Amino acid sequence: MKIEDPAEPAAGPVQTTAPTTGTAPGAGGVPAEAVAEAGGLVAGRAASLWHDAWYDLRRRALFWAPVAVLLLVGTMAAVPGLFTGRGENEGCDPNVAKLGPSGAHWFGTDLAGCDYYAHVVHGARPTLLIGVVVTLFAFAIAVVLGMLAGYYGGPVDTLIARLTDVFFGLPFVLGATVILVAFPGHGVGAMTLVLVLLGWTTMIRIMRGQVIAVRDADYVQAARLLGASDRRIMTRHVLPNALAPVIVVATLNVGNVIAGEATLDFLGVGLQYPEVSWGLQLNQAQSYVIDHPHLLAFPAVFLSLTVLSFLLLGDAVRDALDPKLR
Amino acid sequence: MWRYALRRLLQAVPVFFGTTLLIYCMVFALPGDPIQALAGDKPVPESVAQALRARYNLDDPVLVQYAKYLGGLLTGDLGENYTGQKVSEMLGGRWTVTASLAVTAWMFELVIGIALGVWAGLRRGRLADTLVLGGTTLLIAVPVFVLGYTAQLAFGVHWPILPSAGTDEGWPVSYLLPGIVLGSLGLSYVARLTRTSLAENLRADYVRTARAKGLSRVRVVGRHALRNSLIPVVTYLGVDFGSLMGGAIVTEGIFNLPGVGQQVFQSIQLKEGPVVVGAVTLLVLIFLLVNLVVDLLYGLLDPRIRYE
Amino acid sequence: MDLEKDPPLLEVADLSVEFAVRGGAVRAVNGLSYTLREGETLAILGESGSGKSVAAQAVMGILDSPPARVTGGSVRLRGEELLGLPERRRRAYRGDRVSMIFQDALSALNPVFTVGDQLAEMFRAHRGMRRREARDRAAELMERVRIPSARRRLGDHPHQFSGGMRQRVMIAMALALEPDVLIADEPTTALDVTVQAQIMRLLADLQDELRMGMVLITHDLGVVAGVADRIVVMYAGAVAEQAPAAALYARPAHPYTAGLLASVPRIDRGGGALHPIKGAPPDPAALPSGCPFHPRCPRAEAVCAAEVPPLVEVAPGHAAACHFAEEVHGGN
Repeated sequence: MKIEDPAEPAAGPVQTTAPTTGTAPGAGGVPAEAVAEAGGLVAGRAASLWHDAWYDLRRRALFWAPVAVLLLVGTMAAVPGLFTGRGENEGCDPNVAKLGPSGAHWFGTDLAGCDYYAHVVHGARPTLLIGVVVTLFAFAIAVVLGMLAGYYGGPVDTLIARLTDVFFGLPFVLGATVILVAFPGHGVGAMTLVLVLLGWTTMIRIMRGQVIAVRDADYVQAARLLGASDRRIMTRHVLPNALAPVIVVATLNVGNVIAGEATLDFLGVGLQYPEVSWGLQLNQAQSYVIDHPHLLAFPAVFLSLTVLSFLLLGDAVRDALDPKLR
Repeated sequence: MWRYALRRLLQAVPVFFGTTLLIYCMVFALPGDPIQALAGDKPVPESVAQALRARYNLDDPVLVQYAKYLGGLLTGDLGENYTGQKVSEMLGGRWTVTASLAVTAWMFELVIGIALGVWAGLRRGRLADTLVLGGTTLLIAVPVFVLGYTAQLAFGVHWPILPSAGTDEGWPVSYLLPGIVLGSLGLSYVARLTRTSLAENLRADYVRTARAKGLSRVRVVGRHALRNSLIPVVTYLGVDFGSLMGGAIVTEGIFNLPGVGQQVFQSIQLKEGPVVVGAVTLLVLIFLLVNLVVDLLYGLLDPRIRYE
Repeated sequence: MDLEKDPPLLEVADLSVEFAVRGGAVRAVNGLSYTLREGETLAILGESGSGKSVAAQAVMGILDSPPARVTGGSVRLRGEELLGLPERRRRAYRGDRVSMIFQDALSALNPVFTVGDQLAEMFRAHRGMRRREARDRAAELMERVRIPSARRRLGDHPHQFSGGMRQRVMIAMALALEPDVLIADEPTTALDVTVQAQIMRLLADLQDELRMGMVLITHDLGVVAGVADRIVVMYAGAVAEQAPAAALYARPAHPYTAGLLASVPRIDRGGGALHPIKGAPPDPAALPSGCPFHPRCPRAEAVCAAEVPPLVEVAPGHAAACHFAEEVHGGN
């Protein structure tokens, strides 16, 4: 629901400018106190943004629901022992393959007669790990390169832009398929490497745009006039104020990476047996889903719920940070 | 416009070289034996390995290898499989199937996606908006292969209203279900983009001007606001084409459509690495081409971009 | 012909506009009344947030609703009530008999259509003209607002014009159908000072030529000075003072108007110190009790916080909403 901010009628539709108030940026002879004050505002600006966002988030069901799901899945990934006594691929009995859900096997059994519930629990770890780690690396690359490109502009920007274009030329699933087909390893590490390689471009354009927007803001100009170094301006002034939208996209990205990784597992170019992951389970089930829908249903529901939770979380954070985007 | 077009074309050149070099390095120049890697754990007879090594010039320096590989690509040579069949020939008759599927999915995305987006955008904050936002989030969250099997189970097996495998009934009937599955992700993004951008543009000053001119609501929304709102949608279509092709591999595999994607799908299962590399590289090149076209289209749609 | 019997060109009476907000409504316009006569220029003067633009959009019927809503009053064009007309009939007036110019022509013109298209659209939508004919008329319009090589520039997009030329396009569009009333909402605010003067002169010339009434909305006393016949000063969504221009400048009857006049440099008063009005315009969501200006008013007394002052006439055609209007008026 879009609820108008009480201050908006005055500021919004009443299209008027107030040249009588507000000082012109970059006007000659800025008093020193003003500069100091402007500098001090920076940290406060970013902090209050997150503070307001948190205040807003706390009251949203659409924030707490995905958080609950992710806590559950996260616990499954961290300590699977809490949920099941069986280890990975343990206690499988080919004589009871492809059974439907029952008291003994809550989620039924798979092709090899392994307990499907234990499988789904163990599948959480690689899935979540790859999603989060890939996004963290991609986030780091995007923040550093986006900062350099946006802050310095010129040839640095051009170079990074061309590099981004090249990687952008490889769509996620397509690029990962062609690379992974010939890749020497298919473990979690190899998957992470390839997916980072293909996934870092999603955030850099947003970061760059943010940095450019913040770079020319009054308080950054003021810090520059005071003689702050580029490094200090970048880390103290630009970074905290440019990060929010990138974090939102990163959250959404975790969901997309998980979905992409599962697709690669499903195609058979991702993780390989004896690894356990939701995508791989669906890969192994693919010829049997018509007759044994439970083989599709359980990993699919967990997979989709996890992806959905990251998407909802990202949406909720974005709405809280910038009500205008809703 | 011509300067803009020329600049875009020039920008596409390094991207073409960069992307192909990237693929080449990742596939053939990694440590280890690429021939064995391409075959997975399948044993490759030494004679075949020898032939492949010669075929991919693996005994030359990397840059020479790349140049020869690029030469092959440009002359339509996508390599061969382990039995010496040309990949380009294996794909030959499959393009029409993949093109029909892509067109079906694209039409579905555009028509339904834009319609839903306009519906939600005009009713921002109301029930329609909430429904579209919730529904599209759900569609984005469900991976395409899960959606594919679910659709197949539901509409092919339980309530058999649409053909769920093969192309026996031709276009469009046989392509409807796979097209909808393939297009659902793009549809979601198109709907959300249209919605946000329309809702934003409806507040724009020029829309207020259009109303002040005494234009009808249809004209204000349809001509002034929508025209501007579709610019981001068009740019998205280029990016979307990439996930559409990735999705085509999955969708053609599931729905048993004899297209390029199905060839890739089967070759992965059969550990026919060279076929996968050849076919997917071509898909990537098509993606680059489509993006170039979309960029040029963007220049036509948004006059501001031409004079930057 | 007896002018007194004829209904005025545009009569706005007791107009109120509200914005829906979380848990209630905020009044942006609060019982605004003014009258515009044939060929007259009426300036509406006010700070940002005073409700002057909202009021203008309400007169045009182009408020964003929701959240905005006209809650009362009347808008009469030559005696005919416009509020409450069905949208279809209302639309026929917009752009045709009452038209509007906006502040920032760059954002007010559609970036993806050529100016020729946007001008021709007036003739096509209201007069049902064919493309070619509408285009010819568009070219004539561009010449009329003195855009050089008009015909050639029909195919250009708004961003290819300079700020002043763009505002001329905006004016051309508003005057396309020779309206009876032109509402100019801060027409020169976004422009350089030299260009401002050119645009104001162009507007004045065209107004004479077409004998239309003009409502000039501005926060800038300088813009008002040479052009306005009468001035309405708005504060917090209502009229603070209205008077013939000369009378208002010479003897303001409201402390707010007096404050505005004292806050700008004036050649006729010599180079004395400037006195800005202290404080900020009130938040429409939390208007002060009584007279909305009292917290900022140098003359405020107990009664100001308690009672809303009525609009009292201090001289023929000169009225102010102040408990001490007579004293302020007399004191100058």
